[in-house]
Amino acid sequence: MTGAVQPQTAPSSMGMFRAMVGVGLVCGLLIVSAHIGTRPAIERNRAEALRRAIFQVVAGAEAFETYVYLEDGRFERETPETALPGPRVYAAYDAGGGLAGVAIEAAGMGYQDVIRVLYGYAFESQAIVGMQVLESRETPGLGDRIETDPAFRANFEQLDVSLAPDGEGLANPVEAVKQGEKEHPWQIDGITGATISAVAIADILASSTAEWIPRLQRRRTDFEGGP
Amino acid sequence: MPPDAGRAEPTNAEEFMKGLWEENPVFVQVLGMCPALAVSNTALNALAMGLATLFVVTASNAVVSALRPFVPKQVRIATYILVIATFVTIVDMTIQAISLDLHRALGAFISLIVANCLILGRAEAFASRNGIGRSVLDGLGMGAGFTLALFSLGAVREILGAGTLFGLSVLPSGFEPWVVMLLPSGGFFTLAAWLLLFNALERKEDAK
Repeated sequence: MTGAVQPQTAPSSMGMFRAMVGVGLVCGLLIVSAHIGTRPAIERNRAEALRRAIFQVVAGAEAFETYVYLEDGRFERETPETALPGPRVYAAYDAGGGLAGVAIEAAGMGYQDVIRVLYGYAFESQAIVGMQVLESRETPGLGDRIETDPAFRANFEQLDVSLAPDGEGLANPVEAVKQGEKEHPWQIDGITGATISAVAIADILASSTAEWIPRLQRRRTDFEGGP
Repeated sequence: MPPDAGRAEPTNAEEFMKGLWEENPVFVQVLGMCPALAVSNTALNALAMGLATLFVVTASNAVVSALRPFVPKQVRIATYILVIATFVTIVDMTIQAISLDLHRALGAFISLIVANCLILGRAEAFASRNGIGRSVLDGLGMGAGFTLALFSLGAVREILGAGTLFGLSVLPSGFEPWVVMLLPSGGFFTLAAWLLLFNALERKEDAK
């Protein structure tokens, strides 16, 4: 052993207090410095991840704007000056500035933990045109096939979410069926061996679309005007 | 914990190398099993977790050693935890700044580095009794040994469980992946196989 570790006499309460406060102060300073140092990069990464996901779920999108859903049912474009409270959706625009679709975030319970997804909705075809899993802790090799299985992902290239004639809900709610038994365009072909995760995705989309699609269709004009 | 006292002063190289092989944290001391089993499902996750732990154990060893003269023994464990938690928070932020995907893959296990008994073990058993230089070497050696062990687990599990290494295909396309290797039980199987190998090598060494 090199060097003495502790003094022989019992330390005073003040000595212990000083040591703890001193160490705490230095640690606090280090954490705050690291936070300040990494914050710009983390914010950049988050914005980039969101941008990538939006462009992936809305085909042909070149730019997007964030809209806040207000209590009176309107959607208002978010600018750096207006930090409004409320849920957000992302309107995506094509190269010509036309509205390509809207990306919506949704979440629900999966097999292990909450699954968060982003899906794209196209007004013209009244369909989900893309889906991206943002966060999931599903079982590797089984449940995580909701992210990797090409056949499952193909469900979301054109998943029908047409409005009912009264415009208050969907004509047919999104539902999962057993693998290979898909008959209608609003059904999701499940994954054998990952039934719970596939059904969870269907449930997340079913409840989110039932809530958001009527709101979006009602206020479609809010999103027009280009990026 | 192997005794550090009562033996001839080791050279710097020996101080570093002991963590890699002779006192390897995972294969010999069997410490830090929670991240070793949970995050070694792919080679990349294993490597990232290993490097994060290497940084935390080295930095906390250095600081704990530097604080020796100022911290009364009654509050030493509390200060170790404070120091370790600080470096884990810094690692957590740094990984988020480098890659959100990697941060997502490692999940809660980054924060749980705080509870890795390897780190607190080295602070108490080594850094609190040795100078800064030796403590840093000890931290680097133990961290490198932990990284090596996690990578050994992760590489085997990824190759057998997915047929890939670092995401690149390494086995013929006809190979049917053993999904069980990616699941928690695969971690136990692989660890058992490595421990068997290490023990067999050690016995052979002892027999000489």
